[in-house]
Amino acid sequence: MTIPVQSSILQSAQRAFPFGPPILELDSISLRFGGVQALTNISFNVLEHEIRAIIGPNGAGKSSMLNVINGIYVPQEGSVTFRGERLSEMRPTHAARLGIARTFQNIALFRGMSVLDNIMAGRKLHMHASFLEVALQLPRARREEAENRAAVEEIIEFLEIEHIRKTPVARLPYGLQKRVELGRALAAEPTILLLDEPMAGMNIEEKQDMCRFILDVNDHYGTTIVLIEHDMGVVMDISDRVVVLDYGKKIGDGTPDEVRSDQNVIDAYLGVPH
Amino acid sequence: MPDFWFFLEVLVGGLLSGTMYALVALGFVLIYKASSVFNFAQGAMVFFAVLSFVGFMELGLPFWAALPVTVGLMILVGMGTERFVLRPLVNQSEDTLLMATIGLAFVIEGVAQLAWGVDVRRLDLGIRDEPINWVMDNTGMLISQLDVTAAVVAGIMVAALALLFSHTKVGRGLRAVADDHAAALSIGIPLKHIWMLVWATAGVVALVAGMLWGARSGVQFALVWVALKALPVLIIGGFTSVPGVILAGLIVGAFEKLGEVFIGPFVGGGIEGWAPYMLAVLFLLIRPEGLFGEKIIRRV
Amino acid sequence: MLYREAGQFRTSYAQDSQIFPLRQDRVGIFIILTAAVMLPFVANSYWLSAILVPWLVLSLVALGQNILMGYAGQLSLGSAGFMAVGAFACYNLILRIDGIPFVVAVALSGVCAALVGIVFGLPSLRIRGLYLAVATLASQFFIVWALDKFGWFKNYDPAGVITAQPIVMFGHNFATPREKYWVVLAIVAVLALLAKNMARGSVGRGWMAVRDMDVAAEVMGFSLLRTKLQAFAISSFYCGVGGALFAFAYLQTVEPSAFGIDLSFRILFMVIIGGLGTIMGSFLGAGFILLMPIFLNIFFHTVFGKSVDATITSALEQVIFGVMIIMFLIFEPLGLARLWQLTKERLRLWPFKH
Repeated sequence: MTIPVQSSILQSAQRAFPFGPPILELDSISLRFGGVQALTNISFNVLEHEIRAIIGPNGAGKSSMLNVINGIYVPQEGSVTFRGERLSEMRPTHAARLGIARTFQNIALFRGMSVLDNIMAGRKLHMHASFLEVALQLPRARREEAENRAAVEEIIEFLEIEHIRKTPVARLPYGLQKRVELGRALAAEPTILLLDEPMAGMNIEEKQDMCRFILDVNDHYGTTIVLIEHDMGVVMDISDRVVVLDYGKKIGDGTPDEVRSDQNVIDAYLGVPH
Repeated sequence: MPDFWFFLEVLVGGLLSGTMYALVALGFVLIYKASSVFNFAQGAMVFFAVLSFVGFMELGLPFWAALPVTVGLMILVGMGTERFVLRPLVNQSEDTLLMATIGLAFVIEGVAQLAWGVDVRRLDLGIRDEPINWVMDNTGMLISQLDVTAAVVAGIMVAALALLFSHTKVGRGLRAVADDHAAALSIGIPLKHIWMLVWATAGVVALVAGMLWGARSGVQFALVWVALKALPVLIIGGFTSVPGVILAGLIVGAFEKLGEVFIGPFVGGGIEGWAPYMLAVLFLLIRPEGLFGEKIIRRV
Repeated sequence: MLYREAGQFRTSYAQDSQIFPLRQDRVGIFIILTAAVMLPFVANSYWLSAILVPWLVLSLVALGQNILMGYAGQLSLGSAGFMAVGAFACYNLILRIDGIPFVVAVALSGVCAALVGIVFGLPSLRIRGLYLAVATLASQFFIVWALDKFGWFKNYDPAGVITAQPIVMFGHNFATPREKYWVVLAIVAVLALLAKNMARGSVGRGWMAVRDMDVAAEVMGFSLLRTKLQAFAISSFYCGVGGALFAFAYLQTVEPSAFGIDLSFRILFMVIIGGLGTIMGSFLGAGFILLMPIFLNIFFHTVFGKSVDATITSALEQVIFGVMIIMFLIFEPLGLARLWQLTKERLRLWPFKH
């Protein structure tokens, strides 16, 4: 199903943020869980400011790939290089500090908190007041809270969720929860945004909105985006380049058009034994 | 008495009391295997079971009549627990269920005392808590007849239940129910019957454990805290393993007694109150699933 | 009709994040605080020393437990152990440091309890739920045993107890029930305010994030180590201060076994019934648990016309608490605090239905 999106934004030579050098490089990543080989010898890069899609049949290892970039899983072989600096081991908190934010496939919102609190939590790295300052409501703590609140309100406005800012997230419909999760990731003002199936389970209107938000983020802030997505129309329309995974191996890498006409990719999706 | 025999005496004493801990822990394992719920109220059930048994006998029922009546009562308690506590909370977090069973424990303890009063009762099983003569004569070790009988009974029960779980249709049905209720139902496993069987078994185990402990130290409220001792046993053995419980019980019992006798004097004694817990914490940090338990995997 | 927010606009984020944004609430809390301070002039000393002081003190401990269990989601059965650390630390500090003001001693005892809390909270980095509860049981049993075994803590008292020294600050001896009440009220009110500030701010968000989805929290930059240990430290601080006040303003004569596992369970009940993850719930729960025995006595007196044996009322108490816990968990997991909140929301609309 093709989503009508203004792809003229992408085709025009005037990108707000032209592609930079590779900001993220994955080199020969192999990941195993006991006897299960999740990823085998995966290598690809992500250029700064681009929108990179990762696609592939179910179970291909796409989420595992994001988890490796994020530091949630540590690969047995291979390396992750960020801005030319090869990282010996990536841990989630380290990834956060490098400016990598992400959303999860099964919505990992903090169910006991409101929308506002969830997104404020995303501002963690910008809040430095100690617990004592917060307890005593000393000036620095108060100022920080107000400043970060202002930043969060901008995101809330951008994502058009003002009307639900005080609602406990557990009460929101699925589509809005996904939007809040995006907001929480954006709150960190990330350099790279990892989105794990951000449009899963949404109807057409919700998908259009989500696409618009993702494109706007990339256009306004220059955030590099890596997204896993099943909807081919979305992938073809909004991504700059695509990586195709199947059974933990890379079987395609290029622009949407190149990948779409690659025989290996077609075979993988049609289930031709190979 | 030469040191070796003394050491052996303490060790055997520890192993024997360990089997008693294992028997109490067994009740926890049964419920956990069938419903994935940790029943904090198991200790209260042990107390309630043996207290009711003694109470029925005081009311005039003979020994062999009071037994089935008490088991019947425990089945009712179990079914009630399933219906009014576990079922309404069926999709809640583990922590919520744990807190609910803590609440249940207090309800059962309170009801037990309201129904039967708070006096300490004696329970005479016809076996005396006295040293076995020929052992004492030949080796100088003091090993209680009651302890040995209790250990044998506990060992038989554990072995029987282990076989039940692994080799019978009923056992498989139980494991299926524990894994996934809806799936078990959909392949025709009679859920109600399975529940009744589980609670009946747990009730019998609780009653036997209560009787043995009660014969040893009197039927009194302190029995409830014995069940807390079963926690280290469960952690070390693994919550889902029947053979693990027995091995862990032996370890905890031996560790407790040996620690008390040989290390205790250096620190003024009384370490059996917390030493098993420290051991459990150590296990948790090194091998959280216990010796035989199933590894816990979390998906992101 | 009275409880309306019409016309009360918040024009800055700071205003929006106030604890009491509605004017009516601010007036209400002012009235309550004034009443609390004025109370000793109308209440008799039995009420002050046997009901109000223990209520305030136990609310403080319940607050500590709530921080750890309700906000940070770390299951703990060791609160009484940390109370014991606070009580014995305070005793020893006043004993061995001449002229130390009571408030300073209490604060330092809280710090001692916090340090112990950090040590026993270390397992929380690897284990959770029931397993963590068992580890806290280990801390509970060990602490009480250690305080009992090593006579130094009790200054080698032959009876194995400690007798709390007088409460001395600024040269004044706070000896009467009234004065003790005011000291406790001041300390508890201040600490409750600090807790509220933390819970609503970045600290509380960190705890709740770790409680709800620790992987996502890490991904956002929260250090699980720091957050969990901080929760243990702050929670133990509150329990420790509570324990010191428990000994000095309430019991006077105290032995380690007074801080046994049954006290930990009582605190647990206060927090569950009062409302997990709320400040108000700690006070409501503590009040409920404390007042139940009195209520039962009065009930039996009026209905049956005579006193009932203490063992029966305590057994009945157990049943009632157990049943209430189960019912709250099934129907209203946020406890009495949530019921109170719902009542307030109804009041805001009254006399309209919605």
